[in-house]
Amino acid sequence: MAFAGRRDAPEPPDFGILKRLARDQLVYLLEQLPGKKDLFIEADLMSPLDRIANVSILKQHDVDKLYKVETRPAPGASDQFCFLVRPRVRTMRFIADIVNADKMSGRSRKYKIIFSPQKFYACEMVLEEEGVFGDVTCDEWSFYLLPLDEDIISMELPEFFRDYFLEGDHRWINPVARALQLLNSLYGPFGKAYGIGRCAKMSHELWRDLEEESEGEGQGRKPEIGHVFLMDRDVDYVTALCSQVVYEGLVDDTFRIKCGSVDFGPDVTSSDRSIKVLLNAQDKVFSQIRNEHFSSVFGFLSQKSRNLQAQYDRRRGMDIKQMKDFVSQELKGLKQEHRLLSLHIGACESIMKKKTKQDFQETIKAEHSLLEGFDIRESTSFIEEHIDRQVSPIESLRLMCLLSITENGLIPKDYRSLKTQYLQSYGPEHLLTFHNLKRIGLLTEQAAGETLTAVESKVSKLVTDRAAGKITDAFNSLARKSNFRAISKKLGLIPRVEGEYDLKMPRDMAYVFGGAYVPLSCKIIEQVLERRGWQGLEEVVRLLNGNEFSVSDSTVEDNPAWESQRVILTVFLGGCTFSEIAALRFLGKERGCKFIFLTTAITNSARMMEAMIEARA
Amino acid sequence: MDCYTANWYPLGEEAFYRKLELYSMEWGLREDLRDCVVAAAPYGGPIALLRNSRRDKAPSSRPLLEIYSASGLLLASVPWKSGRLVQLGWTAGEDLLCIQEDGTVLVYNLFCEFKRHFSMGNEVLQNHVLEAQVFHTEFGTGVAILTGAFRFSLATNIDDLKLRRLPEVPGLQQPPGCWAVLSQDRVTVVLLAVGPELFLLDNTSCSSVTPPGLSPSAGPFLHMAVSFNHRLLALFCDSGYIWMGLATLKEKFCEFNSTVRSPPKQMVWCTRPRSRQRAVVVAWERQLMVVGNSSECIRFVLDEDSHLVPELDGVRILSRTSHEFLHEIPEASQEIFRIASMAPGALLLEAQKEYEKESQKADEYLREIREQQLLPEAVGQCIEAAGYEHEPHTQKSLLRAASFGKCFLDKFPPESFVRMCQDLRVLNAIRDYQIGIPLTFTQYKQLTIEVLLDRLVLRRLYPLAIRICEFLRLPEIQGVSRILAHWACSKVQQKDKSDEEVAQAINQKLGDTPGISYSEIATRAYDCGRAELAIKLLEYEPRSGEQVPLLLKMKRSKLALGKAIESGDTDLVYTVVLHLKNELNRGTFFMTLQNQPVALSLYRQFCRHQERDTLKDLYNQDDNHQELGNFHVHSSYSEKRIEGRVGALQNALDEFNKARNDFAAKATEEQIKLLRLQRHLQEDFDKPYLDLSLHDTVSTLILDGHYKRAEQLYREFKIPDKRYWWLKISALATRGDWEEMEKFSKSKKSPIGYLPFVEVAVKHHNRYEARKYAPRVPPEQRVKAFVLVGDLEQAAEAAMEHKSEAEMNLVLSRCSPGTDGALAEKLTRARAQLLKK
Repeated sequence: MAFAGRRDAPEPPDFGILKRLARDQLVYLLEQLPGKKDLFIEADLMSPLDRIANVSILKQHDVDKLYKVETRPAPGASDQFCFLVRPRVRTMRFIADIVNADKMSGRSRKYKIIFSPQKFYACEMVLEEEGVFGDVTCDEWSFYLLPLDEDIISMELPEFFRDYFLEGDHRWINPVARALQLLNSLYGPFGKAYGIGRCAKMSHELWRDLEEESEGEGQGRKPEIGHVFLMDRDVDYVTALCSQVVYEGLVDDTFRIKCGSVDFGPDVTSSDRSIKVLLNAQDKVFSQIRNEHFSSVFGFLSQKSRNLQAQYDRRRGMDIKQMKDFVSQELKGLKQEHRLLSLHIGACESIMKKKTKQDFQETIKAEHSLLEGFDIRESTSFIEEHIDRQVSPIESLRLMCLLSITENGLIPKDYRSLKTQYLQSYGPEHLLTFHNLKRIGLLTEQAAGETLTAVESKVSKLVTDRAAGKITDAFNSLARKSNFRAISKKLGLIPRVEGEYDLKMPRDMAYVFGGAYVPLSCKIIEQVLERRGWQGLEEVVRLLNGNEFSVSDSTVEDNPAWESQRVILTVFLGGCTFSEIAALRFLGKERGCKFIFLTTAITNSARMMEAMIEARA
Repeated sequence: MDCYTANWYPLGEEAFYRKLELYSMEWGLREDLRDCVVAAAPYGGPIALLRNSRRDKAPSSRPLLEIYSASGLLLASVPWKSGRLVQLGWTAGEDLLCIQEDGTVLVYNLFCEFKRHFSMGNEVLQNHVLEAQVFHTEFGTGVAILTGAFRFSLATNIDDLKLRRLPEVPGLQQPPGCWAVLSQDRVTVVLLAVGPELFLLDNTSCSSVTPPGLSPSAGPFLHMAVSFNHRLLALFCDSGYIWMGLATLKEKFCEFNSTVRSPPKQMVWCTRPRSRQRAVVVAWERQLMVVGNSSECIRFVLDEDSHLVPELDGVRILSRTSHEFLHEIPEASQEIFRIASMAPGALLLEAQKEYEKESQKADEYLREIREQQLLPEAVGQCIEAAGYEHEPHTQKSLLRAASFGKCFLDKFPPESFVRMCQDLRVLNAIRDYQIGIPLTFTQYKQLTIEVLLDRLVLRRLYPLAIRICEFLRLPEIQGVSRILAHWACSKVQQKDKSDEEVAQAINQKLGDTPGISYSEIATRAYDCGRAELAIKLLEYEPRSGEQVPLLLKMKRSKLALGKAIESGDTDLVYTVVLHLKNELNRGTFFMTLQNQPVALSLYRQFCRHQERDTLKDLYNQDDNHQELGNFHVHSSYSEKRIEGRVGALQNALDEFNKARNDFAAKATEEQIKLLRLQRHLQEDFDKPYLDLSLHDTVSTLILDGHYKRAEQLYREFKIPDKRYWWLKISALATRGDWEEMEKFSKSKKSPIGYLPFVEVAVKHHNRYEARKYAPRVPPEQRVKAFVLVGDLEQAAEAAMEHKSEAEMNLVLSRCSPGTDGALAEKLTRARAQLLKK
């Protein structure tokens, strides 16, 4: 099993093939519309597309002009339009408008819609209702998986979180199952699957059904990934709501990492333009600091710059030949490293500046007391002041949610007053935001007694039906309790430390939150893998509202000698944070195993809050 | 075996023909065949018979349409109730085509069950069909008709009906002597003879043609025959002269004078692939003639009325009592069985016989073959010849010889032998008179096993088909499963069994055989009007996705919805939901959704983007006041005018009240109040206030110096003191109204303390103002305040007063060695003293 002794973690499988598959399919689809064509790309598909096929590849396949969806084509546009879109109703209406406008002006064109990752019937319905279904041809680009790094694969579906957890919309489960099927066919068969959460369970079931239908060809192949662990985001909101303090997380919180790269603005680059930097294991500087606590990063960077200087300095004693070698072999690498180093130092400075401005220390302190569960009153007043001073709508909301979820809901008085304060500060439209937060269970009122909501009692009448049975637990989330305090105690999430926690030489996963808190999601994964199942965790499971599973594929040989047994695919449904990634990377290093991350999207507290905010129409 | 060649008849130098009996017919016909319309399908197919249609015109007696197997077993019969029949014919898929005088073509299956009908055009209705022919080309089965107006129409593929009316033949006043459909270079044309002239009719033109080398004394054409592959043509003239050549009329092979001047009943080609002779079989009432490239011909006497059926490799001859096959002896058989043949195969056969007799001659024969190194060829010949034999006994002796020869060969690939054994077993099984498909080996290879299985399935011979699949080890999906599915489809049509019985029988037999689609079977059941059975069968379908479309078709939408949800496929759910939306009235539709939360939430999502008003109706239906309130709040934002916005919020307020959501109601009320106030402000100050939060509104008022108005709002909206103080001092500082700030600070005791005053002032780089407030800061925070304003002396003093090490450290960290050296020293000393205690 994975945790036997301390071994070197195995290398992750090569995920480059996923990119090649996606590129080949896209090229094929583009070729299906021969001749010059203009390509309209959905805004949030642009960055992922860029990672798969750059502009020159598109041009090679007769793409003439590129437009962002929602922009009107120029008058001299091509006779063929190709739309590369997500299956969304809004986008369909945009396309229908273009087609109808062309019809009005008597212009005839060919239209092709490529849905990624798959087509939804509702989209076709809209096209039909708008009367353009006969004018367009539809295709699917099965681009489910984008490898962001050697161990991170993203589905790039940020709307998954809101659609599933808030709206109860199940349509993204199918793409998840298909993504699993794809990974299983390339790197599987996965011997063992664990999971917790309703969505995890449904995705897993659907995936198994798909496998059964396709009569798996991969039998008997040597797997590259041995285990898979699926987890719903709503199992652990706390971790996602915490401020991130490992470098990669901080960069994400501060600058927003988009699709594996970040735009460093002028304040970082200390020039007048921003630079786009790809953040992954290829970046030698970044790969060494990404998982470090921020407090150790500065020290590391200055050490690094001294080393770099020393390497430059070696030039001095060189003769001509050595100099020649140095210039031809090392200099370029050094220069590159130098450039990256100065960028990251710039980024650190910028982060420091921003954080001190916002009383970062105070916030962290308040957060820690919330996690540990003391001085709740003080924290509440801190949040109140935060709201009153209009520090940041997202931040205020985040702290309110963190308070609610760690305390199993706010006491009625605070619930009302904080919300009133918030509305006064940030605008009345947030009334809807609060409604959403209540629905999803992030900001609730402590209930005096357990009362079923009207919907629930209605639904429970229908439990005989299998489908309705599923639904009953869906609505549990309405009144679901987070039970954070009890779980934290059971799993020992708050480390007891004598003296200062050494952030440079961490002992456990708590280091990603400054030694104050072991991320719940990661702790569950650790425990389940260690126990090879859920035995002994019954109480925790109950507190987490159940829906756990653990399934072995009997057809897969369980060969402990295989490296793949120590490669674990962790699937986060609803997003995962860089802090969680860092924590599991640390765990992997400790236990000699490798974690691969598959997430619907990279998330952080701000993205989660934004997903809940009801934008003004 | 001495008499083996007894029934061989030579034609010319090289070719032999033989006639062998396939079956003695079981059908016990009372009439002569000449009284019936007969059609037999090629490839050993079934025979259709319509009795006394032409002669007996008495309307009272209905003729009987009968279908027999090739061995004469009755498959089905049905009284013919439709119009006058002109011609019967079979399609490639073994459907019976009945061409009526009025141009309607009725299609029946093998069991006389009506399938469909189509018409050969309106023009025919008046003119009637005089003659018709069914023909087969690479496009499928075609029908050609000659109308009473002497015009030809044809359709090359009845499954994709495109009628073509051919051009008129100039001067045609009477039916042509004979005609035939030719297929040349993927074009179908009609060749017709008018007296001694030949015309070729294509899509656009009619051209006169002359066969090369036609004898001048030939006389008018009476009959013509096109070969199975459309390549050869034979013409019979009234002088008894027969011309044989290419159908393109570019080359003549040979001619023959039969000296029979009466028109033959039938004339068909009798050839085979790689034929040595190309011969034509001509049948009169009582005699049969095989003529080819030879001055002689083979004559047979016919005892009874006979009907010729051309095949790929010979001719079948049907009569009242027997069913015979006339064909040219294939090469391999000829080599082996020809009298005194010294071919290796013949020697091998002989050797094996001697071996069985335990005679040493076996060795001599074998030696002879091996000396010429022809043993592999000998084995090959025996295997091949076995395929051409009809008698299992002969097949066996040939195979035995082959197997004997194989023993003396190293590395003779066994496939051909094994394959032949298997094929012969299959062929013998289907040739059995109970089955009655007299396929020859050549036909079988041309037809392929898949088609053969289809034909068995068509005849509902499921067990045999399955046995063959199992015997040949065909993959389940193409073999057994497919047949079982067909079986099940025909099972559901058995009306005498109850739904329960049928469903159970099907499930028992099919189980979870891979490749079986229960939904397909259910579809068939539904098509036969057995909806209940269809639902039962669908229960066995493991993929719910497959169940849904049929359930929808059956109008079981609610069941379909349940199944769709179970499948986890949201597209399916959408399909059903939108289907329901069109099918049900709005009220029932919503009610249905209320019971299916998954569907409901999907539909809500759809409405949210596409039909917002429907969303409102949905909530209304459910009395979901909370959501209705939210809906109104949401729509208020799209209102540009304040009045509109207030109106929408009023609606929301009502709903929130109904939902007993006090908080939301109050918040909405306040918002309405704020909006009204903002309108006044907008009028008073001519500045946009809309879309500002309460905080921002007050803040803006202060920034603009309307302190009174701000104060008013503060009271009216009961803004908490703390917030108001924070808000006011930051706004004042931004505005730079320090005087007002000082006044404000003295108005009463600050609820937020005085540190914020310091901070705000410092933030706006006004240390001077900041210093004013520092002393008022309570002792606990004073050090921080002094540090902020940069008064390190005071800060140090305060810190020392508090005797707090942390505070001292804070001040120390701010001391720069150059300017504050003395202070730092003082502090360090104090700290040391503190630590000593």
